[in-house]
Parts: sequence; structure tokens; C-alpha cells
Amino acid sequence: MTEVKLPPLAEGVDKASVSYWHHSVGDNVKEGEDLVELVTDKATFNMPSPASGVLKEITVNEGEEAKVGQVLAKIG
Amino acid sequence: MIIDLGLIDYEEAYKIQRESVGRRILGEIDDSVLLAEHYPVFTIGRTGRMENMLVSEKALSGKGLKVLRVDRGGDITFHGPGQLVAYPVLDLKNRGADLHRYLRCLEEVLIGTLKNYSIRGQRLEGKTGVWVNGEKIASLGVAVKGWVTYHGLSLNVNVDLGFFSMINPCGMSEIKMTSVAGILGRTVGMDIVKEGFIVNLRKVFNLKEYGIARTHSRVA
Repeated sequence: MTEVKLPPLAEGVDKASVSYWHHSVGDNVKEGEDLVELVTDKATFNMPSPASGVLKEITVNEGEEAKVGQVLAKIG
Repeated sequence: MIIDLGLIDYEEAYKIQRESVGRRILGEIDDSVLLAEHYPVFTIGRTGRMENMLVSEKALSGKGLKVLRVDRGGDITFHGPGQLVAYPVLDLKNRGADLHRYLRCLEEVLIGTLKNYSIRGQRLEGKTGVWVNGEKIASLGVAVKGWVTYHGLSLNVNVDLGFFSMINPCGMSEIKMTSVAGILGRTVGMDIVKEGFIVNLRKVFNLKEYGIARTHSRVA
């Protein structure tokens, strides 16, 4: 199981919002393809999937905030 | 490479941007910047809300105007002729991988560009963009894919500000927009604005001295 964690996006910024999931739970995802879009201030960050597998769980939904290092999803 | 797309449809320029991002990620091209002016169009970012569009879709389509949902940060904005739009395609991995620092750098480029016209552009804490005496002259909305940037900024030069009254720009109802022409009381040459912009862009981002390629001749 690979945990997808919120990466640091800017110095001194400890959180970001999830603005868009490119996939739903149960989808097959490939390493490197767009998985989730995060937003901080006027910038969006397209995060690639860190692994290939099935998107098992989404722990932070669209519109919700997360802290740097927090688990956003699990891929297995 | 700095590529001046001239007056171009938003969606067409978007395709060119995405293509450039893909090529930058693969290392096929170096850091690049696309410059453009767009035919009138409203775009709304991921975090934007449709209620910030104050005119019905029907009324808009009657005027031949569209609202496009786009994958940048920020709320709703307007693009039209007389507004300088820039889409930097830069690999931020080589530049500290910091989204907020990138936004501040874009503001610095704009503030430097405005100085050529003795206009004092300012940052306002918590309100990304460039402001002159409390009115907004330039808007930012960026995105990255694999730390390569796309989307970017728009600077109101000679643009018809009337279009902004159809929206709550950036989702703020109290906001007042301004332009270089509005402040100076005369229109200015877009090509000269672009030249000043490029000088500042190169300085702030330490870009190599590249030529400017023109893909479209500007419609007079």
C-alpha cells in the first residue's frame, strides 16, 4: 500500500486544499499520471501518482484542507 | 524561448501551453514564455464560483461571450484585446520548487514593467496580484504539472475595463480594476509594454538571452 501525502508546496506554508481528484476510488492509476490537484493561494499543483495500482481510499475530499505530510489517499 | 502568439483564441493558446508543458517536462525544450492577447473571454479557476459571473449565460452568448472553466488557481477573470497575457513554462525544480515564491516573482516582473510608465505597482498582503492605489492592474493564476508552470498572469494595458463589471473579478465584489491606459489617460503601444515585460522577466527569472519568435501577426 502506498500512501499519497501532501507535499510541501511553498516555504512557510503548512497546508493546501484539494481542488480536484482526477480519479475515483476503485480506479486503476499509473505512476506518474495526474492523480490529484492541490491549490494554495492562486496556484494549483497537479500531483502525479507516486505508484501504479488501484486507488483504494481517498481520505481528503475536494474542497477540504490538508496539512503537509497528511495522507490524501492510498494506492494498493 | 519567448514566443509571441499575438491575438489568439484562449482555447487555442491553452493547447499550445499544454503542449509546451509536456515538452518541457520531457526536456525537449528549455524554459519558455508564451505571450498573447485574447479575444474577449471569461475564465474561471478551479476554486471559482459561478455566482461571481453576474450576467446570465444567455445574455453572454447573445454578445458572443463564453465562460470557460480552467485548471488554474483563482476565481473568475476576463481576458480581451489590449490585455497582456503571459504564460511562463518554467521548471520550478531548478528554482526552489516554491509556488508562493513563484507568485511573488511574477508580481516583481509586473511591478518592474509598470515602472517604465512611472506607475507604482504594489503588492497587497494576502491579495495576490499587482495593485495601484488599491485598484487591481494585474491578475495571477498559475498551475504546475511536475513543477513545470503553466497559466500565468494578465496585465491590463489598454483593455476595455467595462467587461470586468460583468463579474466579481477574482471572486471579490468590492474590487475595482484599472489599466495602464486608465492611469495614464492615453493608450500605450502593446509592443513596447511587451519589450519592457520581457526585460523584467529575464532579470527576475535569470532567463538566457533568447530571441522572440512570432507565430501570429497581430491583427491591427
